[in-house]
Amino acid sequence: MQQTRRSVMKAGGALGLLAVLGSTLLKPGRALAAWNKGAFEAKSAIDAMKALGMSNAEDSKDIVIRAPDIAENGAVVPIDVTSNIPGTTSISVFIEKNPFPYTGTFDFSQGAVPFVHLRAKLGESTPVRVVAAAGGKYYTTAKEVKVTIGGCGG
Amino acid sequence: MADPMKIRATLQGDVADVRVLMAHPMETGQRKQAGKAVPLHFIQSITAQLNGKTVFSADISQAISRNPVFAFKVKGAKAGDKIVITWKDNNGETRTDETTVRAGL
Amino acid sequence: MRQALVLGFVAAFAAGPWPQAAAQTEDPVAAEFDKFREVLEQDNPAELWEVKGEQLWKTPRGPKNASLEKCDLGLGPGVVKGAYAQMPRYFADVDRVMDAEARIVHCMITLQGFTYAELAKAPFSSETRTPDPVSITTYVAAQSAGVKLAPSQNHPKEKAAYAAGKEIFFYRAGAFDFSCASCHGVDGQRIRTQPLPNFTKPEQAIRSVQGWPGYRMTGGVMHTLQWRLNDCYRQQRFPEPGYASDTLSALLTYITVNASGQVYKGPGIKR
Repeated sequence: MQQTRRSVMKAGGALGLLAVLGSTLLKPGRALAAWNKGAFEAKSAIDAMKALGMSNAEDSKDIVIRAPDIAENGAVVPIDVTSNIPGTTSISVFIEKNPFPYTGTFDFSQGAVPFVHLRAKLGESTPVRVVAAAGGKYYTTAKEVKVTIGGCGG
Repeated sequence: MADPMKIRATLQGDVADVRVLMAHPMETGQRKQAGKAVPLHFIQSITAQLNGKTVFSADISQAISRNPVFAFKVKGAKAGDKIVITWKDNNGETRTDETTVRAGL
Repeated sequence: MRQALVLGFVAAFAAGPWPQAAAQTEDPVAAEFDKFREVLEQDNPAELWEVKGEQLWKTPRGPKNASLEKCDLGLGPGVVKGAYAQMPRYFADVDRVMDAEARIVHCMITLQGFTYAELAKAPFSSETRTPDPVSITTYVAAQSAGVKLAPSQNHPKEKAAYAAGKEIFFYRAGAFDFSCASCHGVDGQRIRTQPLPNFTKPEQAIRSVQGWPGYRMTGGVMHTLQWRLNDCYRQQRFPEPGYASDTLSALLTYITVNASGQVYKGPGIKR
């Protein structure tokens, strides 16, 4: 922990967490059937969305993201996403400045409400982008979350 | 074998508020322990069933926080309904736990 | 001088003016942190250690192959509910004041046959290992969720512990000439985004106890007040205090008594 703090201070702005998220590629040969490797390994939200066929997502005010404006610790950032778009079947999350922005897709069926609470690692201040799938179309919005170097361990 | 999940499912009207805490290191493969990188080890997929029907599922990345917590809601649930949640990680390890929906206070 | 600069420093991250010496409740960043910490604490990974701690409490272990179910935490042998909230307190069987973790360690030694040396060797959590006393303390603390803090100050040794704890709190030493009070004895101080509560005042002293044992987001580890105080001493560039020592029981008496009467919410989440 002390080492992380010092290296964080030396980095002068980027967090030690950014180094932790890094640039690891998945080892080949693992059974990843349904898990979308191409999207999960994409290095930009745009590329990930392209891999998921979401490039034409239109901006929407009917998706609500609740997340802190400033996160106390980038290691655990609580994010709530609610889609008020009728017929939403999934919500996908992209943490734009993470080394691998695509963080996941949450599917809803049989009465599940298009809402999800998740907690993610943010390597630095970043827009958190979400895409809702509804009626064969995609809708998107984003919210900026700042990540800071904190103080003591209290 | 991985530690059990903690699952809580509470009714608010006719909507079950389901909250799950999973015990998993969610290693990104970048963290160093004693000079060596700890290998990538993270939950990749989750499914949740209400009375045997899949209601919520997810594919996720290693950027989800350690000891993940998720919450989702299911409309039309009743007290006594069974919730079963399964996760599977990139090593092929899997864990299934269940609970019943309780009436809210 | 340098200490004053460190302590008085306010980092400006977002747009908007921040008062230089923002009072606890007016600090918008601290308020935001509190709000989302509450969200996080609704489902706290600390619960995983509460479960583990309960198993450790009830399972026969150690050279004596005994459980901790006869451990007296001050409310009678085996009574765990509400016990955390009434410590530190005097224990007649050892004729001294003990905080919760020190008492748990004592029970592990006397009932189960573990030695202080082995428990004190590596008493703090890492990303891969949580020492048993930490899990047990987390379980015990969880059984006081919703209970008002009420460490007794009736016994002369309890009063003496408070006085000693107060003296320790204000004792300046070490390379920085710091005391606990340097950070926690004045209103309105912060280190970067973390406000530093003034533990000499009851309404802020609660922040010394509340949230501990805590699941620390940094590293995803479970820590108790024994760790937190040890880390304070490290940050002050003091020698390390002894694990589960009288010094720390006294210091914990001082700050817990200052927070007396306020509701303890159980294990929390810390940054």
